[in-house]
Amino acid sequence: MVTVDDFASPVRPTWCTGCGNFAIWNAVKRALAQAGLAPHQVMLVSGIGCGSKLPDYTRANGYMTLHGRTVPVATGVRLANHGLRVVCTHGDGDAYAEGLGHMLHAARRNIGLVDIVQDNRIYGLTKGQYSPTSDRGRVSKTSPWGSFELPVNPIALALAAGATFVARSWSGDLQHLVETIVRALGHRGYALIDVFQPCVTFNRQNSYDYYRPRVYKLQDDPAYDVTDKMAAFAKALEWGDRIPIGVFYQVEDRPAYEEQVPALKAGPLAPRPLEKLRPDQVRRLLEEVM
Amino acid sequence: MQHVSDELSIRIGGEAGMGLESSGVGFSQALVRGGLHVFGLPDYHSRIRGGHNFFTVRIAHRPLYSHTEPVHLLLALDPETVRRHIGALVPGGAVVYDEKDGLPDTPRRADVQYFSVPLSRLAEEAGGNAIMRNTLVFAVAAGLIGFDPAYIERVARDNFARKGPAVVDANLRVIAAGVEAARPFQADFPFRMEAVPGAPRRLLLNGNQAFAMGALAGGCRFVSGYPMTPGSPVLEWMAAHAAEYGVVTVQVEDEIAALCLAIGAGYAGVRAMAPTSGGGFSLMVEALGLAGMTEVPVVVYEAQRPGPSTGLATRTEQGDLLFVLHASQGEFPRIILAPGTVEQAFEAGWRAFNLAERYQTPVIVLSDHYLATSVRDVAPEDLNFDAVVIDRGEWLTEAELDNLEGEYKRHRFTESGISPRAIPGHPKAVYASSSDEHDEYGHIEENAENRRRMHEKRMRKLETARAGMRPPSLYGLEDGDLTFIAWGSTYGPLREAVDRLNGQGVRARMLHFTDIWPVPEGVEGLLTGETVAVEGNYSGQFADLLRMATGHTVSGRILKWDGRPISPEYITHHASRFTLHVSRFTHPVKSET
Repeated sequence: MVTVDDFASPVRPTWCTGCGNFAIWNAVKRALAQAGLAPHQVMLVSGIGCGSKLPDYTRANGYMTLHGRTVPVATGVRLANHGLRVVCTHGDGDAYAEGLGHMLHAARRNIGLVDIVQDNRIYGLTKGQYSPTSDRGRVSKTSPWGSFELPVNPIALALAAGATFVARSWSGDLQHLVETIVRALGHRGYALIDVFQPCVTFNRQNSYDYYRPRVYKLQDDPAYDVTDKMAAFAKALEWGDRIPIGVFYQVEDRPAYEEQVPALKAGPLAPRPLEKLRPDQVRRLLEEVM
Repeated sequence: MQHVSDELSIRIGGEAGMGLESSGVGFSQALVRGGLHVFGLPDYHSRIRGGHNFFTVRIAHRPLYSHTEPVHLLLALDPETVRRHIGALVPGGAVVYDEKDGLPDTPRRADVQYFSVPLSRLAEEAGGNAIMRNTLVFAVAAGLIGFDPAYIERVARDNFARKGPAVVDANLRVIAAGVEAARPFQADFPFRMEAVPGAPRRLLLNGNQAFAMGALAGGCRFVSGYPMTPGSPVLEWMAAHAAEYGVVTVQVEDEIAALCLAIGAGYAGVRAMAPTSGGGFSLMVEALGLAGMTEVPVVVYEAQRPGPSTGLATRTEQGDLLFVLHASQGEFPRIILAPGTVEQAFEAGWRAFNLAERYQTPVIVLSDHYLATSVRDVAPEDLNFDAVVIDRGEWLTEAELDNLEGEYKRHRFTESGISPRAIPGHPKAVYASSSDEHDEYGHIEENAENRRRMHEKRMRKLETARAGMRPPSLYGLEDGDLTFIAWGSTYGPLREAVDRLNGQGVRARMLHFTDIWPVPEGVEGLLTGETVAVEGNYSGQFADLLRMATGHTVSGRILKWDGRPISPEYITHHASRFTLHVSRFTHPVKSET
């Protein structure tokens, strides 16, 4: 039986006391344990940023890569070994600034990744610049006059790009986070989970107290149909005093990218022994150029 | 008067969309099946229709390594071809032009012949479509040089079989019409090149195909790329073979993703590569450092074209050497190979993956448009599949991992710098590596002592790798006075230039490098006497690299940066300076095309 303790790393987090990353970290470990995935059966891929240090604090296969390139590296891992459950953990700068294009293409491909975005709506590790999910008018070190830019809407973007699982959760509700990640781990294709992650040091606006009265759970409404894309779009645009969390959209009728790759029909690539070409294969290759 | 030629070159020219390259390669295939040796060189613009394209096939009874400048027979599918290339014809040579096009109102050359053939009309009549004059005109050429058209017919049968018998028959009728149309001119055309019946079968392929084949043979099972001339045919070739050979190929959103996917696959334990050209490589630069830092084996195939920026998209240059050598911030070991021939491209294909896994670091294979796209015939055994070795380096087996004591150290300090690798997925080798500086386990670590040791460990791999790098090959007179230094695709033209110079009593030799970085051991001792670097770039980048690595300053440089490949004539022309005195730089003569 896999337990949360199996994921205990000797490295202690360097996050600030009260950082929303602690809840995400705990939720990832609990969700993996609940899903019965042992540390060697998963790969945590991250980029660069406060949240991207999560794999260092977790005993599991991991790879801390480049800022913004979490998803393409994870895609390579997944295609090379789809026997591994690949989970991305990276921040909003990583996912929605440098990595936004990759996210949309991953959604469109329906590659089997769980993409957890630690969305604190600020740059933390570089100490307080506005991020792609910062509100318009946000005053920061690089926007002293208040940001002129609209925040990206990751939920709507992912839906528009064809994502088959789109969810939002937040660090103030560990149980909801765990449930959402467990559900994503059971999804066959690309699964985005945007997680509101209060940054207690550089983002005083989007705090626990800001989110708590605003968030409500989509799944509390038994009539909400997660397979209804238009309903999901409507909910994706809901913002302000009431902010929906939960699974906006989930369909299982589209095969994951890796399910369709001819070379992967025989199973994961990485464990296969590498052998020289057989003489008949060599002959066929040479005949092509005779 | 007719005579059996030692060699001859046939050039077909026209607009993009006229099917010059496909018919040119088809004709080359027929020549090779007919026991002749060929070197086929495409020259085209970055466009799908219009413009001026041409394909030159050089034919001989001996193996060829290069194109050459003189042309014996010009096949003009438009007047522009006559205008541009009439000057390249040797005295006695001929131009075949379409009766309906007539000739351009440029001065006629008295020493060449003009054969008017109703190419369009005959193609229309025999094949039902004037576009088939590309096939027809090569049949005319076969008729003129006395090459048995049966070989062309057989290639047409093979190549058009999948399009159905009607298409095959139309092509056969067109070929017959072409041969017939050549008859009236046969006696006037002085150059003959007859087939050698019963010659052993040979292969015809370009550097891209050879590299891709070598990579597949060497266990490459993952290819991610974004289309860019001239590197993307490698992705296409792999995609065409993916299902049969169990290769994952992905066309991704950009070259950043291309290398990141390959690195992810490499991290997971699959031999992976990203083919591209210089522009795409520019986007890969940051990821290259990730592979260096986290010690991930990965191969980048960089087929150079002239830069900067978009440059000349469909032309050739060797201008990226120092760029790929220094690309990405910080210091990390990398290996650079630069194959110069089809055989070397095949070998680089499988060797690159062994080097990448043995030293757990990125390997860059530098090709260029000339090598990537020009076709040459080689014997089947020249693509030496028997010599292929799959060496995965220091790799912990399942059994070794089962018995592992203590926590696995992915980046263990070792004397060689190589840390035995475990592929993610084993319960005893659970680890996370980081692009941040890390300790032996992979954990992020900023401690100065750890940094010093870890950086040294990585950099030691470069010295370990150096011992495995191959010295340059020597061609020509072993004790020659004049040493030409080449790397990559200048091999062929320079080899021929050395032969010609030695024929003139110059006493020349060529040192050709395929293993560029780390610079092989002992190179200093080979750089003696008068040394001349021959490179397809403006500054002589390899000469500069040699000076950096060995302290040797070359006596001179023969360089070319007009986007066109270096020819043997270009080298011998400029080499005359070095047979008299030493000149620091030479500049290209104006290209006639």
